[in-house]
Amino acid sequence: MKIPRLLQAILVLAGVYGGFVLVFDVILEQVIPSSLLNMYMFFVVAGTYMVFTFNEESTEEIVAPIKALVEDPSKKMMRNVVFLVVPLFFGWFTFQQMKPSFEAPLELRTIHPAPPSAVKVYGKRYNLLTLENPFRKFEKEDPEKFAELVRQGGAVYIKNCQYCHGDKLDGKGPYAQGLNPVPLNFQDIGTIAQLQEAYLFWRITTGGPGLPKEATPWLSAMPVWENFLSEDEVWKVILFLYDYTGYSPRSWEHE
Amino acid sequence: MRPRLLSRMSGALLVLFLGLFFVPMELPGLDSGTAFAAEAVAADAVVEVSPYQPAPNLVEKDYPTFLGFNGRIFVWIAAQLHLWFAAFVLAVPIFVFIIEAIGMKTRDKRYDNMAYEFIKVSLTAYSLTAIVGGLMTLGLLVFYPHVMAYMTSIFKETMIFYALLFFAESACLYIYYYGWHWLQGPFRKWVHLTIGLLLNAVGTVLMLLANSWLTFMMSPAGVDSAGVFNGQVWDAMHNFLWNPINLHRFVANIAYGGSIIGAYAAYKFLSARTPQEKAHYDWMGYNANFVAIAGLLPLPFAGYYLVAEIYAYSQQMGITLMGGIFAWLFIIQAVLIGTLFLSANYYLWCGLGRSEGGIRYYKYMKYLGFALVAAFLVWFTPHTLVLSNEELKALGGPYHKYLGPLGIMPAKNTAVNIMILMTYLSFLYYRRANKIATVNWVKAGNTAQIALFTMAIANIFFLGIYHGYFTNTVYKVAASIPQVLTTLTVIVMSTVIDSMIYKNSTEVAPQRWGRVPPRSQYALFLLAVSFTWLMGLMGYIRSGIRQHWHVVDVFRDNSPDAFTPSLGYATNVISVATIMFMAMVIFVFWLAQISGQKTDAAGFWKE
Repeated sequence: MKIPRLLQAILVLAGVYGGFVLVFDVILEQVIPSSLLNMYMFFVVAGTYMVFTFNEESTEEIVAPIKALVEDPSKKMMRNVVFLVVPLFFGWFTFQQMKPSFEAPLELRTIHPAPPSAVKVYGKRYNLLTLENPFRKFEKEDPEKFAELVRQGGAVYIKNCQYCHGDKLDGKGPYAQGLNPVPLNFQDIGTIAQLQEAYLFWRITTGGPGLPKEATPWLSAMPVWENFLSEDEVWKVILFLYDYTGYSPRSWEHE
Repeated sequence: MRPRLLSRMSGALLVLFLGLFFVPMELPGLDSGTAFAAEAVAADAVVEVSPYQPAPNLVEKDYPTFLGFNGRIFVWIAAQLHLWFAAFVLAVPIFVFIIEAIGMKTRDKRYDNMAYEFIKVSLTAYSLTAIVGGLMTLGLLVFYPHVMAYMTSIFKETMIFYALLFFAESACLYIYYYGWHWLQGPFRKWVHLTIGLLLNAVGTVLMLLANSWLTFMMSPAGVDSAGVFNGQVWDAMHNFLWNPINLHRFVANIAYGGSIIGAYAAYKFLSARTPQEKAHYDWMGYNANFVAIAGLLPLPFAGYYLVAEIYAYSQQMGITLMGGIFAWLFIIQAVLIGTLFLSANYYLWCGLGRSEGGIRYYKYMKYLGFALVAAFLVWFTPHTLVLSNEELKALGGPYHKYLGPLGIMPAKNTAVNIMILMTYLSFLYYRRANKIATVNWVKAGNTAQIALFTMAIANIFFLGIYHGYFTNTVYKVAASIPQVLTTLTVIVMSTVIDSMIYKNSTEVAPQRWGRVPPRSQYALFLLAVSFTWLMGLMGYIRSGIRQHWHVVDVFRDNSPDAFTPSLGYATNVISVATIMFMAMVIFVFWLAQISGQKTDAAGFWKE
């Protein structure tokens, strides 16, 4: 038996929706955010519309049952039911969307603060456009010394940073649950892997209070590490972050 | 006959397209921050002998108010309207020139007529460009006199040159348009084409000059850190972002011009009363859509080059743009670009119905649709998600373990290359729709094409996944180039193979122009409106990343409007401007329509 085109389209949409929920929420156990799912479904509907209506035969098949529902005298009962149920459904849906709730509103958080062109720490002014990690050169020149610097950076990290950012650098330290925004996950491909070392230097040394005025409130609990760590310690911990995660800092030069 | 012409047209556009891709490789400034640093050093070296004043330090009262107008919104909307019209009137002569040349070469009068109709539509838009440009200048002079004074002190020569070129542009355009029917025939047509070439050359120089002013405001050069000019106007013009903007605008203008003309054709198609008219405007719409797609395909690459250069110039600007306060506008941008691709494809699919031969390809469209939508979903997936508290807790942070990696550029580059390949495939199906190959190696040719596409898709995925996620950032960025080259290679090679397969082909049935559903015409409208809105939003972002600076790091904006607008505020302004522009465009279409109508007023005039 051939499934009517309109039903085919509805089944495709339901299948895609169910597929997203099944794959992400059930199998992978990483929920798909409703904001994203709505966006996805909007364009899945658009794509389905395109595929089902680009030729006349298919369009007529899709439209025929809708036309019949509106025009066919023998479908009076069904028409009345549909005309009652559909507005009621949309009314209910709108009510659900609009009714007051205790849930905090969704935030379009800007997680990537833009760095200033220069930063003043340790009594000096650093140009972030040209600033480089002074120890990075040893990676090629003296690998042993470099490994030692990384080790020292690791010690700095374990003493100071892992409480929030975690001993696996995944943002899941013992204190992480108590913080919002949560500490950054350095293992994520979209964090330090995308940044220059100068950026990390700025973020570490000036912490939460050094975040730019735009897109406030940041609410970051990151301390101003300039007050606790020396300049060399900061550079070493940066070496450690990249070494441990296996990422390379953003640069404009080939190796 | 026509398919051969179209393939020539595609060839010409492809050469242009490849040129546009390779030219920037040689452009100065590609070596990232070093170029800017060198320019800055050079600028610093001449500060002491410069007779020029530093950039003024303004206060609120230096920004005049007038009748309660908001100066910023006034200038913003006027500048945006000017840009839309300018993009349109600069682009139309480019493809009118190409179409006219094709007509001349093939002696097919229909091309000449179509080119003439295109330029006729742009003529009214030309005067509207000047009017809104005048409004913008007036707004700048009234509301930002000190900014204008500073910019004029640096760019005065180019501004005078700009004004003079405007006369040259007008002269060329009027001779080109009004002399169209006069300059016909073997020798005269050459003269006419030469005027068309001149018109394009002048138009392009005008755009380059204006681009240098706005890119100077983003990446100033030829001035020191206090804004003191070193006296070399070329230094100020040839700033870091000038060429990336030039390239991006040039390509975008062609796509935009095509889309507006496509909307005109759709408007005429829907209001056509006879089958002949319908057929004519269907053909016109198809050609305009072809131009728009030809411009659209290289556009993501030009945009990527521009943003990579912005990032290279200033990490701060780059992050503000892609990861900071403007990041959500980029998601809207991604959605609109996807909409452009979807509507362009839908239009092509609808066109399969023009011939009986297209029916055999219907069954493949669902696969194309699936690939397009899947790539599109990746294309707009954000890296930082909008989450409810419950979702935030469930995920343990704002990044999604599996969807998060789709939020960064390697995934986007892979997705857009797939979208481009699928769009090209739609075009290929359309091209084949009405043909039956007569060569005896059809099977081998098709196999070669399938192999080509398969290898290309595998290579794009490999580059995107391996280089995108498992290598240093510099390779991540660099991997986009072989991805683009793969896509281009497929397009070029597949076009060559296809042309050879279908050489001397026979037709399944006569191509029936005009036999397309009205839905396809609304896809053309959607294309034009999406383009317009997109350009407005992106233009705002480009300008907005200067934030509280008139000239970045040199000349501070201390007006009450120096704040960076919220997303809602900015999109509202752009949406209002879009509606204003579309209303003016409909006026232009209407004028083009009434200019060809005659009313019989028998009895009104003395016999």
